[in-house]
Amino acid sequence: MAGLAAIRKWVQTIFAILVNGSWSFPFTRMIYQGPLKVICSPGLNCYSCPASTTYCPMGALQHLLGGARMAVVSGQYYLGLYVIGTMGVIGGFVGRMVCGWACPFGLVQELLHKIPSPKFGVPRWMRYIKFAVLLFMVCLLPLLVVDQMGIGSPWFCKYLCPAGTLEAGLPLLLMQPSLRQTVGWLFFNKLIFLVIFLVWSVMASRPFCRTTCPLGAFYALFNKVKVVKLGFDLERCTNCQACHKVCPMGVRFNESPEDTECISCLACSRACKFGAINLEVAGLPFGTSIHPVREPVYGVVPRHDEHK
Amino acid sequence: MDGKKHKVRQMPFVVILVFLFAVTLGIMFKEPGRVLEQACQVCLSCIGIG
Repeated sequence: MAGLAAIRKWVQTIFAILVNGSWSFPFTRMIYQGPLKVICSPGLNCYSCPASTTYCPMGALQHLLGGARMAVVSGQYYLGLYVIGTMGVIGGFVGRMVCGWACPFGLVQELLHKIPSPKFGVPRWMRYIKFAVLLFMVCLLPLLVVDQMGIGSPWFCKYLCPAGTLEAGLPLLLMQPSLRQTVGWLFFNKLIFLVIFLVWSVMASRPFCRTTCPLGAFYALFNKVKVVKLGFDLERCTNCQACHKVCPMGVRFNESPEDTECISCLACSRACKFGAINLEVAGLPFGTSIHPVREPVYGVVPRHDEHK
Repeated sequence: MDGKKHKVRQMPFVVILVFLFAVTLGIMFKEPGRVLEQACQVCLSCIGIG
């Protein structure tokens, strides 16, 4: 099924258009302000992007946590339950499949990676940075570091998020000249992060997803308990390592089938000639093997234990 | 399909129910209105000038 990669690109494009479906912004020079913005964007997509029709769960969560003290004092319990609950429902169904199929910033990185250049891996330890970003920049710092009014800042949005700079910062500065006068070191700091991640994306596969994205980190928590996931059949695996070579996230699927980095893009399933990797829904096989199952050729391809 | 017995995993549905409960609580606290209010304003922090 050579068209699977093309199908995924189409799905990614459709999601990118759906969550950025307000195309009147060149005339209004403003962001969309309609009722659809109560709907959660499954992927990282800044809600201050002029075309954005949904809210960004990371941005919304930080703002709710930042304003939690003030809200509670005034008798309103805005604690982020709606946002966390929505993200949890999405995570419980598909987890990081969102990253592979529905995240606009993931699509940007994948397209950049197609530019011919020397390609490099991403050090494995860097995957843990995004969990720290989620814990500190998205949850704890907005909640605990507050100003005199008792309001916290959205640390991730303010100091780091390259999607916000790309999708909202640059377009709004182009459209609204009055905003340009307010540009300072904060903007240039974010611009540097954006440039770093864009250049890095050319040379490495999905570096932001793998190292920094707090939304990916949140969805990664569901990789063992999500409904739709990739199943692994150990009996069919010949350890040919074809799945290692094609994974855009650097996952060695046959060694860690429940790896938190897996975005269920199905590249490994397509590459596996022995039908050892297949989509499962709640533990039940979904559809048929992408490749017709062939008998493993044990004499030719060494198994794990035969390496040693 | 492959002759093996497969068991339905129930844990994902428990997890989804827990989070649906959180969504319900959020709606009870009128959080969607607050989210909409925030999302309809230009977030200066998000664009790097706030």
